[in-house]
Amino acid sequence: MKVTRKNFLRLLAGSAASAAAAGAGKVVQAIRSSLPAAPRWGMAIDFSKCPKGCDACTKACRLAHNVPQIPDPNHEVKWIWEEPYENVFPSQPAEFGRQDLAGSQLLVLCNHCADPPCTRVCPTQATWKRDDGIVMMDYHRCIGCRYCMAACPYGSRSFNWVDPRPYVETANPQYPTRTKGVVEKCNFCAERLADGLLPACVEACPEKALIFGDLHDENSAVRQALRSRYGVRRQPELGTDPSVFYLV
Amino acid sequence: MYMLDKAITGSRRYWSWMLFLLLLTAVGFGCYCWQLRDGLGITGMSRDVSWGIYVAQFTFFVGIAASAVMVVLPYYLHDVKQFGKITILGEFLAIAAVVMCMLFIFVDMGQPMRVLYVLLYPTLHSMMFWDMLALGGYLVLNAVISAVMLDCEYQHLPPPRWLRPVVLFSIPWAVSIHTVTAFLYNGLPGRSLWLTAILAPRFLASAFASGPALLILLCLLLRHFTTFDAGDEAIRKLGIIVAYAMSVNVFFLLLELFTALYSHVPEHSAPLRYLFFGLEGKHPLVPVMWLSVSMAAAALVALLVPALRKNRRILALASVLVFGSLWLEKGMSLIVAGFVPSPLNHVTVYTPTAPELAIVVGVWAIGAFILTVFYKIAISVRALD
Repeated sequence: MKVTRKNFLRLLAGSAASAAAAGAGKVVQAIRSSLPAAPRWGMAIDFSKCPKGCDACTKACRLAHNVPQIPDPNHEVKWIWEEPYENVFPSQPAEFGRQDLAGSQLLVLCNHCADPPCTRVCPTQATWKRDDGIVMMDYHRCIGCRYCMAACPYGSRSFNWVDPRPYVETANPQYPTRTKGVVEKCNFCAERLADGLLPACVEACPEKALIFGDLHDENSAVRQALRSRYGVRRQPELGTDPSVFYLV
Repeated sequence: MYMLDKAITGSRRYWSWMLFLLLLTAVGFGCYCWQLRDGLGITGMSRDVSWGIYVAQFTFFVGIAASAVMVVLPYYLHDVKQFGKITILGEFLAIAAVVMCMLFIFVDMGQPMRVLYVLLYPTLHSMMFWDMLALGGYLVLNAVISAVMLDCEYQHLPPPRWLRPVVLFSIPWAVSIHTVTAFLYNGLPGRSLWLTAILAPRFLASAFASGPALLILLCLLLRHFTTFDAGDEAIRKLGIIVAYAMSVNVFFLLLELFTALYSHVPEHSAPLRYLFFGLEGKHPLVPVMWLSVSMAAAALVALLVPALRKNRRILALASVLVFGSLWLEKGMSLIVAGFVPSPLNHVTVYTPTAPELAIVVGVWAIGAFILTVFYKIAISVRALD
C-alpha cells in the first residue's frame, strides 16, 4: 500500500482504536481479577452422622423462617425435612450392598441447582437464581400459579394452600411470614449469609453433619469434604446441576 | 354491538335456559369467593398434586378452542362449501372456549390480583407467558373474524377482502395455541408422563376430535330447538373429521403406552400404571381411565363403520362418546397423573372437592352463556333472510 496522507491517517486511527480497545479490555480484566469471584454456595450432607429422631436442623429452620406447622399433609409447608432413602434416590436401590441405607432417613431441601427448571418456567421472575447460586423467591411477586412446583424435579417447593400465620408458633420478626397463595422453599439462609452467618440448619446440627461453603473455593469446608468423600447428587442426569451433595 | 339486541329477545325456553346458566354461575361465583377468602386449600389439590381439575379443564378447552380450525380450514383452503354456514359457529365456539380457558387459569391462581404481573414482567423463557400471548391473540382473531362476518351477513354484503388473510392467519395460530399449551407441560424434567415429544400432536389430535364432536352436537341441538339447519352434508363431513382425528388420537395414545410400558423405564411407566392399574393400592383414576378407553373404543366402532356413522342418531351418540372420553382423559387424568408418583415417590390421591367442582361448573355456565348469546345473534341474523 502506498503511503499517502490519507492512508497514513487511516492507519494511525485504526491502530489507536485497536490499542484503546486492547487497553480497555486489559483494564476490565484487571478489575475482574481483583474482585473476588462470585461464590457458589453449596452443601454436603454427611447423613451417616444424622442421629435418629433428631430434628434440630428442621426446627432451627422453622424458627428462623417462620415455617408453619400445618397438620394436614396435603397442605404442609416444608423447607428442610427427612425422607426415606429409597424416595430420595429411587434409581439407586440399596437392595444388596448397603442394606443399612434402605429405610434410613435422609434430609432433603432445595438443591439450589445451577440450571434450575423452576426459575426457567416462572412467568413473573418471582423465583430466580442469584449470582451466588442461591435460588430465591419473591413472595410479593409470586402469582401462585405453581408452575415452579410442577417444574421442580425434587419436590422441594411448597405452596401456601391456607393462611400459614395461625400455624407459626412464635413468629421471628427478623424474617417475613407469608400469605396464602404463594410458593416458598429453602433459601440457603440468604439473610444469614448476608450477615456472615452460616445457615441456621448447619449451625444447629449437633453432629456437624451439614457442611456448608463456597463450591468455587477449593479450600472451603464443602470442597474439602467432597475431596475426601464421594458426594452424590439427586438425579444429576436431569442436567439441573444441584448444589447439595450427599456424602457416601 | 347493535346486533346484541337479538340476544335480549327470545322465547320463554330461551330465558329459562339463560336464567339456569346464571344460577350456576352464581353458585360458582359464591364458591370462588369462598376460595378467595380461605385459599386454594378448599380444593382437593395438595403439595404433591399441585394442579388439579382447573388446569386440566383449561387444557381440554384450549383444544375445543383450537378445533374451530377444523371447519375454517376446509372451507377456506379446500372450498368445502357445506361448511360455509357453520364456520361462524366454530369461531363463536372458539371465543367461548378461550374465555373459559382464561377463567380456569384465573381461578387456579393463588394470588389472582397479581395475574397481570405476567404482562408487567414479560418473561420470554416462561411458556406461560407465551401461552397467554397465544390465547389472547387467538381470542382477538376470532372476535374480529366472526364480528365482521356476521356484520356483512346482516348487511347482505360480501366479506371485505382483507378478512381472508386474517382468516388464513388464524389457521396456524389455532395450531400454535395448542402446541404452546403442550409445551407448558412437556418441557419439565421431572414429569415423565408429559416429557414426551408426542404431547403436542396428541393434544392436537384430541382437540380435532373433541371440538368437531361438540360442534356436531351443537348443530343437532340447533336444528332441534331453532330454525337453524347446518345441513346433513356438513354434519356428515364433521363426522368424517371426528373419525380421522379420533383414530389418530387413539393411535398416539397406544404409541405412548408401548414406549413407556415396553421399555420398563420406571419413571415413564409409573404414571401410566397409576392411571390404568393403580400404584401402591391407590387407584382413584383407574375407573375414569377405563371408562374413557371404553368410550373411545365404542366411538371408534361407530365412527369407522360407514353405515353406522351415516345414521344421525348413532353419529350423535358417537360424538357424545368422543367428547366424554377425551374430557375424562385430558380434562382430568392426563394432568393429575403427571404428579403421580411425586418427585419424592409419594402416591397422593387427588379428589376434587364440592366447591372446586361448583367453580368448574360455574366456568362452564359462563362459557355456555357466551355461546348461547352468540349463537342466538347469528341465528337471528340469518332468520332475517
